[in-house]
Amino acid sequence: MNNIGFLAILRRDLLLAVRYRGDLANPLIFFFIVIALIPLGLTPDSKELSEIAPGMLWITALLASLLSLDGLFKDDFADGTLEQIIILPQPLYFMVLAKTIVHWVVTGLPLSLLAPVLGLMLSLPETGYLPLMLSLLIGTAILSLIGSVGAALTLPLNKEGILLSLIVIPFYMPVLIFGSNMVVLAVDGLSIASPLAIMGALLALSLLISPYVTSCALRLSIYG
Amino acid sequence: MPDPKNILMNQASVKTLSLKDLSFQRNEKFLFSNISLTLESGDILQILGQNGSGKTTLLRLISTALRPYSGEIIWQGKNVNDIRESYLEDVLFLGHQPGLKRLLSAEENLVWWRRLNKTNLSKNVNAFEEVGLYNHKDEPCNYLSVGQLKRAALARLYVSEAKLWILDEPFTSIDKEFSIKLKSLIVSHLKRGGIVVLATHQDLKIENMKYFSIPDLSGATSE
Repeated sequence: MNNIGFLAILRRDLLLAVRYRGDLANPLIFFFIVIALIPLGLTPDSKELSEIAPGMLWITALLASLLSLDGLFKDDFADGTLEQIIILPQPLYFMVLAKTIVHWVVTGLPLSLLAPVLGLMLSLPETGYLPLMLSLLIGTAILSLIGSVGAALTLPLNKEGILLSLIVIPFYMPVLIFGSNMVVLAVDGLSIASPLAIMGALLALSLLISPYVTSCALRLSIYG
Repeated sequence: MPDPKNILMNQASVKTLSLKDLSFQRNEKFLFSNISLTLESGDILQILGQNGSGKTTLLRLISTALRPYSGEIIWQGKNVNDIRESYLEDVLFLGHQPGLKRLLSAEENLVWWRRLNKTNLSKNVNAFEEVGLYNHKDEPCNYLSVGQLKRAALARLYVSEAKLWILDEPFTSIDKEFSIKLKSLIVSHLKRGGIVVLATHQDLKIENMKYFSIPDLSGATSE
């Protein structure tokens, strides 16, 4: 594999993410606001909060990741760089993979790192912190990979918001189920091995398949 | 008697591009069908046609950004789908949009493009001096005018090693002075054994220019 193009896209997109700092902060702010509102809207009681904490954290992280999917290919499409990327003398698979990795680095990774702090706000027991981070690290990577397919499919539409959600949410469900289950098990002092194994398998599967499907969808969408 | 053009070409291997029975359909209607033509090193082809006749589509087909409905594109005797990567190394495609990131400077954009296309980065041509953007090369492209953006995109022509240039409306929104410069750049590319396919409404008056008019098929429907 010749990875010059892969690295070039990775570098450029990270540089762009740094220059669009506002967009970078959006999912994090969303994550923070929703979690901060939960104790106000539901109950301040720490015992009740700690019961819903794993699910709430996971749902909010999932929605935050979904919100940021929109722009994954949109700018490149509008300014013509996507066209240039598609006709590169290199496999589109790796170009798409690079873009998806950057999406994860600017959304999933900070969400995962911030999650224990927000877990604290929901009185998540300390034993849940590490499994929460781990499940989000793996889980948000799967979400970015699956989401890239939806983003590519809905690229030529102007109002893709709802359609994009309808396409990707069904595929997000197993990730949500096993991700939050992992945290619940850890809080109850049980072994997290089985949901962890399933998450790992889902990650491996989506890593293999989704950049390929996204490449095909992009080729279809670009002049749709 | 050998053609002097051929002697020149033998030094740098002759490249040939042929389109065979190329057809393209959109919304169940043929935009064009059965286009066949052949170009060799040193040839320039101007694609003519009304607005909406499919000039851009034809260029995108040649650049493999779009797949034809039927027919094939042959480069050096091989179908480009089979030799996609080595074909694309020989191709430079400039579309309608400049393909520049607005938050990156013109130079950052060019360096990125050169990396992706594996052009030799050490080959130090000052492309921005050539296109007259030397003083603006470090500004974000946001600050450039439409004409300057076009120049920044065209800077790729100065660093590219591609043999086949596919240019979609390269002369729009650039001034007269730079148009003349661009034309001479195209001519020198042809002399080096390159091939140029372009869509433009201008009359370029380049020697041995070939023309291809896209026939109007707007009435025809597919079976």
